[in-house]
Amino acid sequence: MFVFEFMRNAFLASTFIAITCGLVGVFVVARNLSFLSHTLSEIGFAGAAFGVFVGLSPLNGMLLFTGASSLIVGTLSVEKSHREASISAVSSLFIGLGILFLSLSNKNASYATNILFGSIVGISAAEVNQLILLSGIALIALLAVYRILVFDSFDGVGAASQNIHRNLLSMFFLILLALSVSIGAQIVGSLLVFILLTLPAASAQYMGRSVPSMLAFSLGFALIGVWLGLYLGYVTNWPVTFFIASIEVVIYLLTLIYNRWQTN
Amino acid sequence: MHKDSILDIEHLTVRFPDKTVLDDINLSIQRGTMVSLIGENGAGKTTLIRTILHQLKPTKGKIVAHPSAGKRHLEIGYVPQFRNIDAGYPLSIKSFVGLNRLKHRWPFYFPQEHAALIKALKRTHLLKLQNIRLGSASGGEKQRAYLAQALVNDPELLILDEATASLDVKAKNELMTLVQQLNQSDQLTVIFITHDFELAQKYTQRYMFLNAGKIETGPVADLSEKFLEAHA
Repeated sequence: MFVFEFMRNAFLASTFIAITCGLVGVFVVARNLSFLSHTLSEIGFAGAAFGVFVGLSPLNGMLLFTGASSLIVGTLSVEKSHREASISAVSSLFIGLGILFLSLSNKNASYATNILFGSIVGISAAEVNQLILLSGIALIALLAVYRILVFDSFDGVGAASQNIHRNLLSMFFLILLALSVSIGAQIVGSLLVFILLTLPAASAQYMGRSVPSMLAFSLGFALIGVWLGLYLGYVTNWPVTFFIASIEVVIYLLTLIYNRWQTN
Repeated sequence: MHKDSILDIEHLTVRFPDKTVLDDINLSIQRGTMVSLIGENGAGKTTLIRTILHQLKPTKGKIVAHPSAGKRHLEIGYVPQFRNIDAGYPLSIKSFVGLNRLKHRWPFYFPQEHAALIKALKRTHLLKLQNIRLGSASGGEKQRAYLAQALVNDPELLILDEATASLDVKAKNELMTLVQQLNQSDQLTVIFITHDFELAQKYTQRYMFLNAGKIETGPVADLSEKFLEAHA
């Protein structure tokens, strides 16, 4: 399957996407941000549509919208009890905007499908390079704040009693999340990017008992998902996103059963 | 300043826009002692502790710390009041205790950091339990893990913020006995914030009573019912 350039591009892109989303996802799950990551991916859809409308690439449009909205969410720092409702409101608005921009830009329905559900065929070598660069930035950012992010994510109360700038850290992580959403959406699509950001990490929580081991499991599960998904998509000609989603769900169920079995 | 104090609080005033929480407080805490901090909710206990932890700036006055010879600053361990660790919490006790190692950035622990981690687990009798998930630990074991996390940087001063509030009588006494052992064997100075006068009398030597922005201190023997009635 590596005879075709588009498959080589897709393989390279999805590897870096899996690395980024698998690692960042551990903190998304620990910080209970699964719902927000879903919202950000919808905002990413609107951003991509906006990008198409004004003549930017979909990825740049996504980076613009998710980055800006994570800053807004961070500054609002909504109370926990109201957060879910306000996130719903924001996501409704953005899906609406996405549809508006798509319709204004006169692109056909298949273009929308590509943004929403992903398309491996569409990735060019230049876009792969940009993805690798963005992944590199995300991983360096993660490494730079690693220990305080781990403390704050896995023991917020304990971290609050240390002199950590928690609001700043939270904002930093939201931007990192926005970046990861935009990166991940390039292969599985904006509607399903939260699969890669939450499921491998949620499965890893059942397997690992330390943060490095969770990171390793999450990374492994994400890689298995995209590699096997790409292969199966190539062989069957069915959507890659379908396979990635199914594989991650199967892994999640297996780890859940393993965890139940182990605790009993 | 007293001869062997670990902390000298001098004319400390902390004022918020709407009220004065601490009003010209003077206090010395002796190295190697166990002191109870008592007072009603809202009396300013948390404000005092947060000022000691450098999370709040005094409006007036200062807190002078005296680290032991060879140390540049006074290392303080703090066990917060509420923790929300549910049954599904994934980290092992060892990983949880290690969260507080923030002096380096590198994701993996250096050998001396690992040694510090093992030492904290040993001091809290958690070495055998280090690999179980904190979520599946008992209430007393969890509390010891919180204690171990506060001890992982080898503090000279330990602050326990109502650490016993959620425990049954047996677990309370076990935890306090453990803290007392640390106090006696390692000269660890302890501030024990509590509403439980019985525990205060049993395990600590002196009390600090916060009331209306002022502080009174004395030996715990004076902490009699009569004293409490007078302040009721």
